[in-house]
Amino acid sequence: MSKAKKTTKKKRTTKKSKAKTRYDGRKANELRPTTIESGVLPNADGSAYIEMGRNKILVGVFGPREMHPRRFAKPNEATLRCRYHMSPFSVDPRRSPAPSRRDVEIGMVMSWAIQPAVFLEKYPRSVIDVYCEVLEADGGTRTACINAATVALVDAGIPMRDLVSSCAAGVMDGKVVLDLGDYEDKEGEADVPVAYMPKLGKITLLQMDGVLPVKTFTECVDLAIEGCLQVNEIQREALKKKYGISEEAEE
Amino acid sequence: MASKSGIVSRLKRRKIHEVLGAGNRMDGRALDEYREITLKTGVMEKTSGSAEVTIGKSRVLVGVKVQIGRPFEDTPGRGVLMCNAEFTPLAHPTFEPGRPGANAIELARVVDRGLRSAEILDFDKLSLIDGSKVYMVFVDIYVLSYDGNLFDAASLAAMAALKTTKRPVHTVKSGVIKLTKKTQALKLRKSPLAVTLAKIGDNFLVDPTADEEEVLDARLTVTFDEDDNICTIQKGGSDGITVEELHKALELAQVKVAELRKYL
Repeated sequence: MSKAKKTTKKKRTTKKSKAKTRYDGRKANELRPTTIESGVLPNADGSAYIEMGRNKILVGVFGPREMHPRRFAKPNEATLRCRYHMSPFSVDPRRSPAPSRRDVEIGMVMSWAIQPAVFLEKYPRSVIDVYCEVLEADGGTRTACINAATVALVDAGIPMRDLVSSCAAGVMDGKVVLDLGDYEDKEGEADVPVAYMPKLGKITLLQMDGVLPVKTFTECVDLAIEGCLQVNEIQREALKKKYGISEEAEE
Repeated sequence: MASKSGIVSRLKRRKIHEVLGAGNRMDGRALDEYREITLKTGVMEKTSGSAEVTIGKSRVLVGVKVQIGRPFEDTPGRGVLMCNAEFTPLAHPTFEPGRPGANAIELARVVDRGLRSAEILDFDKLSLIDGSKVYMVFVDIYVLSYDGNLFDAASLAAMAALKTTKRPVHTVKSGVIKLTKKTQALKLRKSPLAVTLAKIGDNFLVDPTADEEEVLDARLTVTFDEDDNICTIQKGGSDGITVEELHKALELAQVKVAELRKYL
């Protein structure tokens, strides 16, 4: 075999590997395998379980119920209170079960992401508690939590304007990709989690980690919204499955 | 555990007593009958071992992680076993987020005592460098749904998880610890399991539900190893029990633990 031939072959393979997608074999705009199941907890008013890639997350909704401590109650509307928590065995190495500053922040941005979709004014002075337990983490837990929390809220019979669907996009090896897994989250250049209400066309969560030019950033947002729409379908399927609503009846 | 709130509880108590008087339970079970039990192992990938147990509507997930850490100063050459329980607020409307309460601490400690007094692990073999590096076995009990009898569910799940635990293997060369690609099953010497009985009136009930736990007079959790030795006992509840009742209870618990053991 001549030297020239060898190099062309090598070139071809590198080209191929570049075209050939990501570390887990997905296409750039492909979600991880995602399943949502609603009504999984007997004691919660509403609940959902999501597997998004290797993320395993349980969400329970309690309420609307009386606000404790009382002084936090709002006289004109309900408070949506999200708690994000990771199990000690959800990551390597083991994590302390005490809530971290990160957990508190994620709980807060989750509330902001979901609130716009809920008719809070229907329940003055009360609280709706959304408890998220990350049993196993694989990157993008906050988006997965939002997706499950939305389904759980619907399962709890709480009136909503729209479903909130969430998905991240980011940049890995210079390429804009959808729904980053743990590896891409850590090794990639940037991560942009987005939550979106498809019917109202509103973004309710937008964060970013990393450094990106504006153009790439907006590309990320566009791709993330595309992912949100895919997630929205999965959420609808989960609810239809639980409540046995057929296509015609939904119209 | 659940709230003991005045009127509702009194009504519930009366009803449960009434039904018990006729030798029945609210859910139609016999007094010595467990609810449906399911056990799954290997449910979490990032753990060294895991198991999920449901007893009726109670659901407990246990994740075991084995890591390297510092030994206690008084046992420099011995590995460490730590049990911890979290009552997630998902599990019941009365469970609140925050640090583990007295009930969670009791649950963790009763499971821990069962494992520890049975000496299920040979801690001397879990040391890498005496005095500074040993294997630490974390048993995290995660309560996902509460409808009574967490002791039995947690102890069964903990035992099942430990049985499937594969710990990492390290080599020590002149004070340097290296992780190998190998894993090794934890060597368990015993398999202790807990059985919980509730005394309501003059009756002993196996596998109490949340309602039954709310009205019980006394609670007795007995942990047996496979040779029917008692590894730990925990009595709860506001009422005492007589020696005669204790014997009766132990006899019943011993029969029931054999039933639980079939799930392991």
